[in-house]
Amino acid sequence: MKWETVIGLEVHTQLATKSKIFSGSSTAFGAAPNTQASAVDIALPGVLPVLNKGAVECAIRFGLAIGANLNRVNVFDRKNYFYPDLPKGYQISQLAKPIVEGGALKIIVPSTGSGQSEERVIHLTRAHLEEDAGKSLHEDFHGMTGIDLNRAGTPLLEIVSEPEMRSSAEAVAYARALHALVTWIGICDGNMQEGSFRVDANVSVRPVGQTEFGTRREIKNLNSFRFLQQAIDYEVRWQIETLEDGGRVTQATVLFDPDTGETRMMRSKEEAHDYRYFPDPDLLPVRLDEDWIAAVRATLPELPAAMQARFQRDYGVSAYDATVLTGSRALADYFEAAAKACGQGKLAANWVMGELSAALNKAELDIAQSPVSSAQLGALIARIQDGTLSGKLARQVFEGLWEGAGEVDAIIEARGLRQMSDSGELEKIVDDVLAANPKSVEEFRAGKEKAFNALVGQVMKASRGKANPAQVNDLLKAKLQ
Amino acid sequence: MSDTSLSSLAAQLAARQVSSRELAQTYLDRIAALNPAINAFITVDAEKTLAEAAAADALRAAGQAGPLTGVPVAHKDIFCTDGWLTTCGSKMLHNFVAPYDAHVIRRFKAAGMPSLGKTNMDEFAMGSSNETSYFGAVKNPWNPACVPGGSSGGAAACVAARMAPAATGTDTGGSIRQPAALCGITGLKPTYGLVSRYGMIAFASSLDQAGPMAPSAEDCALLLNVMTGFDPSDSTSLDREKEDYTRDLNLPLAGLRVGLPREFFAEGLNNEVAAAVDAAVAELKKLGATTVGISLANSKLAIPVYYVLAPAEASSNLSRFDGVRYGYRAPEYANLDDMYCKTRAQGFGAEVKRRILIGAYVLSHGYYDAYYLQAQKIRRLIADDFNAAFKVCDVILGPTAPGTAFRLGEKSGDPVEMYLNDLYTIPANLAGLPGMSLPCGFDSKGLPIGLQLVGNYFSEAKMLNVAHQYQRATDWHMRLPPLGEAPGARG
Repeated sequence: MKWETVIGLEVHTQLATKSKIFSGSSTAFGAAPNTQASAVDIALPGVLPVLNKGAVECAIRFGLAIGANLNRVNVFDRKNYFYPDLPKGYQISQLAKPIVEGGALKIIVPSTGSGQSEERVIHLTRAHLEEDAGKSLHEDFHGMTGIDLNRAGTPLLEIVSEPEMRSSAEAVAYARALHALVTWIGICDGNMQEGSFRVDANVSVRPVGQTEFGTRREIKNLNSFRFLQQAIDYEVRWQIETLEDGGRVTQATVLFDPDTGETRMMRSKEEAHDYRYFPDPDLLPVRLDEDWIAAVRATLPELPAAMQARFQRDYGVSAYDATVLTGSRALADYFEAAAKACGQGKLAANWVMGELSAALNKAELDIAQSPVSSAQLGALIARIQDGTLSGKLARQVFEGLWEGAGEVDAIIEARGLRQMSDSGELEKIVDDVLAANPKSVEEFRAGKEKAFNALVGQVMKASRGKANPAQVNDLLKAKLQ
Repeated sequence: MSDTSLSSLAAQLAARQVSSRELAQTYLDRIAALNPAINAFITVDAEKTLAEAAAADALRAAGQAGPLTGVPVAHKDIFCTDGWLTTCGSKMLHNFVAPYDAHVIRRFKAAGMPSLGKTNMDEFAMGSSNETSYFGAVKNPWNPACVPGGSSGGAAACVAARMAPAATGTDTGGSIRQPAALCGITGLKPTYGLVSRYGMIAFASSLDQAGPMAPSAEDCALLLNVMTGFDPSDSTSLDREKEDYTRDLNLPLAGLRVGLPREFFAEGLNNEVAAAVDAAVAELKKLGATTVGISLANSKLAIPVYYVLAPAEASSNLSRFDGVRYGYRAPEYANLDDMYCKTRAQGFGAEVKRRILIGAYVLSHGYYDAYYLQAQKIRRLIADDFNAAFKVCDVILGPTAPGTAFRLGEKSGDPVEMYLNDLYTIPANLAGLPGMSLPCGFDSKGLPIGLQLVGNYFSEAKMLNVAHQYQRATDWHMRLPPLGEAPGARG
């Protein structure tokens, strides 16, 4: 039987506010346990929550960025359950009236093998504000559990997609696009190691052609794109095998173990909590007035989708390249500055996605930390364009720039990397090469194309790479006729 | 003590006839003498009280005294008080020393008013008789075999016995007004949102409201001036201009329209209470008021609505008492779930557990719509009845409770019988309206009878005006319970 995979994602993004969603405590990561937990955060008797407007503004930014409906009146609810790192015994969240409903995100699913990369639109169900819980530390205390409430009350925007993804590759592409967007609009620092962007994946399979969904299992708390892919792939295999073996998939929450690459059951549906949601009487309904929304809209930067369209139009890059180049705002800004500096969009795109990205990856550096500035890369490309440098020479200049050896022209001069432009000088080399290789000349005249390439190689070698390959071609052809 | 009204005490302090320290000591002596029998206080700490009184005296010496600086008050043990045990009447918090002051406490401290101690109450404010307190029942000063009402029973009893000139209380379904009625004092529950709930241990957040309890309406007006005010740390606190609640006390009542809801004079009302309330109406008419019959048809549903909504909120509010971070934790347990179960089984009393169970039930999957949502709809209808009524009257009048103080243990076996005591008080909480109780007579057993006024939103000054004019014409609020001459009382 042929199976179809159905995936929906719930992503918890930690909002980049300075203070917590319902108290004035700092949200900075990594402080000593419980030093960023106020009376409100530890839920002393009598304390009350006060909503941080900054968190609401983050949600408005997100809603506007995905073209969603912003609920002008939205409501905080209490989700009741007992756990030691949940100090109040309930989490303040939004159930019935979330701040954001609807919206869509365009994703580019990379090609597999030789196929074309594919553009898709994933619809969002909703996004709601809620507070994070604290952390239970099971390892640090022998036979006991430590509770760190620094994270308790950190604002989260939980972003829920429709179950519209059909493969782990689509799920990863969606998660990446969402990650790019939330960092792009400045509402999340995107740091996945620190838990700023955590993904839950709802996965089910069904026979191809069946309209109703299969029974889903939810994989909790995936904190890297690689784990997301691995976990979904394993889970899909497991579900298909289970069904093909005549078994049943029952609704459950599962955890992914990166060490074994497997998912394992955390709790079944029967063990699921009854959260006894009800509107939090300590908080008033949140009202969004039009002026506020307009003011937030005015502060939104150009969004990735608009920028992608513009890059394709203005710089002639492909849809896929435009998506890669808008993977982060820093990358997009870098590309655009370089492209403007040299007037060569396509070439700039190739250099940014090729040489530069490879070097950054190797050095484990972020685009913002690049030793080669966008202006320098632009100047380098300009020297390729005006014929001063061949591609090969340009790579040598790039190495110089990376090492901090100075500006482009200075490196060219200092290292003698200028492409040979004097045709008299080149002609002499060509003549010398022809004179020294009569056998190759013979073979070429006998119709062996390969011999021509050998002669080009000899000329390039003799010029120590500084000859212009096109010029060499022309000259050789002329001399051999 | 001859005249212990707040204005008189304030005048004596201002005239340096007495120091705050002396005044505090007088009350501490009276507490020492009477509290063993009445049990109105959970915590008394003379050293702390006297230090606060000395600070008030210093403030006065420095010329920085406010109108009530130096006048001591007692605080219900539901308010977190920095450095004081704050138990909420429960074993769950029997050892909890608050590390911060409730907003109400901060305001009293800012006014330079020393605390005489923390008063006894029904556990987590759940009760109408003060019998659910972990720290033992409070006795009614008018008859120690009777309950003082609840949940602010300690506050009402200590004021009635003049162990404090005034006290703070909280009112979720009548917890200020009903004990005020049963102890023969005056108590006011303000409009919801007028007094900050920050630091007041939550029972039912959408209903809880703090207010003053004192012998007279004038005292309550003065205390309300201290207690009210916007607090940004309570999202339900109302940001409105500060009022002087004494401003209208002396206005004449000519033209006042008093609404008499027929539902509050129906079956179940004790005859003696009905007669006293009728007499009070006659008195107000003599003062120039007119009466108008009104109907609050949906108020008959107030008790069932209340016993869905208040437990729902309470079941969630009380989840934080889990033994993890503070308060009581069971001494022995096998694992985390066992720790929760034993801690909460041992730390909460029967009434609290009953309400947590009801609350969890009405919020649970499949029952929420039938109970919680339905109750919210009726709550709106109850408020609509009041809104309609206030188109034809200025203040609504009726009995505070269906009867006078009942005997200890008389109703504690039957929760529903106990809940019916709040029949007349609960509607104002559901609607968020201000309500007050003032003494209007005694029954044949010599127990006080309470008269309730319910006003429109923010009409506290009007209600206090009506109550004050009534108290100028009557002396019910001046009567003292037969406690005999206690040490510390001065002529």
